[in-house]
Amino acid sequence: MDISVGAEAIVSKTQEIMANLEVVKSQVEGVRAVAGHLVAQQPAASSDPFMSALTVFVLACIVGYYVVWNVTPALHSPLMAVTNAISSVIILGAIVTLGSDMSTFTSSALTFVAAVLASINIFGGFGMTHRMLSMFKKRK
Amino acid sequence: MILQVLYLCSAVLFILSIKGLSSPQTAQRGNRLGMAGMTLAILTTMASHFHTRLLGVLAALVCGGGVGFIVARKVKMTALPQLMAAFHSLVGAAAVLVALATLLSPQAFHLGVRGALPRSVLTEIGLGVMIGALTLTGSVIAFLKLQGRAPKCPFKPRQARSINASLGLFCSVLLAMFVGTESTWLLSGLVVAALLVGVTLILPIGGADMPVIVSMLNSYSGWAAAATGFTLQNPLLIITGALVGASGAILSSVMCKNMNRSLVSIILGGAAQENPSTTSSGGGAVSPSAGGAASQRPVKLGSVEDAAFVLSQARSVIIVPGYGMAVAQAQRVLGEMAQQLKQKGIQVRYAIHPVAGRMPGHMNVLLAEADVPYDDVFELDDINADFGATDVAFIIGANDITNPAAHDDPSSPIYGMPVLDVEKAGTVLFVKRSLGTGYAGVDNALFYRENTLMILGDAKKVCEDVIKSLKAV
Repeated sequence: MDISVGAEAIVSKTQEIMANLEVVKSQVEGVRAVAGHLVAQQPAASSDPFMSALTVFVLACIVGYYVVWNVTPALHSPLMAVTNAISSVIILGAIVTLGSDMSTFTSSALTFVAAVLASINIFGGFGMTHRMLSMFKKRK
Repeated sequence: MILQVLYLCSAVLFILSIKGLSSPQTAQRGNRLGMAGMTLAILTTMASHFHTRLLGVLAALVCGGGVGFIVARKVKMTALPQLMAAFHSLVGAAAVLVALATLLSPQAFHLGVRGALPRSVLTEIGLGVMIGALTLTGSVIAFLKLQGRAPKCPFKPRQARSINASLGLFCSVLLAMFVGTESTWLLSGLVVAALLVGVTLILPIGGADMPVIVSMLNSYSGWAAAATGFTLQNPLLIITGALVGASGAILSSVMCKNMNRSLVSIILGGAAQENPSTTSSGGGAVSPSAGGAASQRPVKLGSVEDAAFVLSQARSVIIVPGYGMAVAQAQRVLGEMAQQLKQKGIQVRYAIHPVAGRMPGHMNVLLAEADVPYDDVFELDDINADFGATDVAFIIGANDITNPAAHDDPSSPIYGMPVLDVEKAGTVLFVKRSLGTGYAGVDNALFYRENTLMILGDAKKVCEDVIKSLKAV
């Protein structure tokens, strides 16, 4: 007797939970639809990838302009060495090619060479900058 | 998403690293931030493109890194401009190689399928290859010129203009055809043509214009990286490339302004028309004085002992070093001489003209190497007004940057160029190898002034002898 009452209670509780789940599910669907809509609209809003790349490029040029004018002329040689080192981030292109199943042997070989050259630059550039800067001393 | 955020962090670190160079106190930290940014960028990319072949990247980092590390430790500071030119050429080469790989395996970058790439991608690849190849050979030629090993230019600057123009046109045609056909052969042709442009563009340019050229190639290496960033749609590459490009462009414009030249005239070989005597031999041009009358004027020649006496009697001295000091490797002895003077209670400062040396800031590095404290070293604008209140101006290995003709002779090719007003000092001691003209091929009226004493001789030898005499006094 007790057991059947308990079972009934469980069944009704379960049905209640299931109903609630349905409501949550429909809400999630709604949110997903809205999100999907937004995602679908996004490319149109921010236009093509070239335009966003161009935006980044132009803004970075302006940042570069102001940052570099702030560099003291006494440190223009280290500036050149350090910019030379960081321009070797081009090594990222080589890493992507080497890390992909879809690159051919030739392109892997080409980018391996590119990675070696860029590494020379990275270590050489930062190393040279360090050496130069460590010579600059204040008056005793 | 995380990838983009980490790239953004790298970009910010790079910007902060350049910002650190705004003062010598923060500069070392700036360099470390740059290293951190680079490490983050490389690790992020490796983690997100994990593949067994990435062992190749590690191998490349170890091999290349080892070479770079050794070079950075061994190279002499006087050879800094050559080293920078060599480094720029490597960036150019890497840009060309990555662009070629992109064309061969566009799938690896999710750019599309080989044979059906969008025209925008092809244009970006073509431009990247062109800038990269031009940077590569241009820098190699600049390197050879700075080493004094460049082959003689087989054509006149005027011919160079038409050669460059036609090669440029040829490149544009190849680029257009490549974008239309996506042919690997046409791209290879474009590489070869752009490599040639690099040679014909830099070869006719005189040795003393190299500060501008080295800065310009610095700029190009940045644009090459940015072009690669456009192709691969990688914002970090674009940002970094733009930073480097802007930096190099600013440095070249600073150099041009202080040489009284326009970038266009240097690149197009316009210098040749202004001073025909200087094009072939560059900085070393020692032609007899241009004006026959000028060379008749009396010059006061002094001995090393005279110089030591004048210096020891002074209360304040400003030293003006030039490229001749670097050539003679005289920076250490000069530093010692200055130390001697300081011990006698004489105020010693250094005045640096922006184009002294073969690359921007070269003199400052050389003086720092000679243990000269950086707060004794002043830029033109900060010290120029002080010459009037100074007893002795000691000019060593410099010439044109002190020529008063820049102020008072409108017919001079250097008229209007910013110069150090050394003639306002009580006495001008001019250490020079001979009475010849400087790079610009103009006679220096300073030689004939009442208060100028010429000390003829090798910069290093003179400094050594002055030290001896000072000790004897």
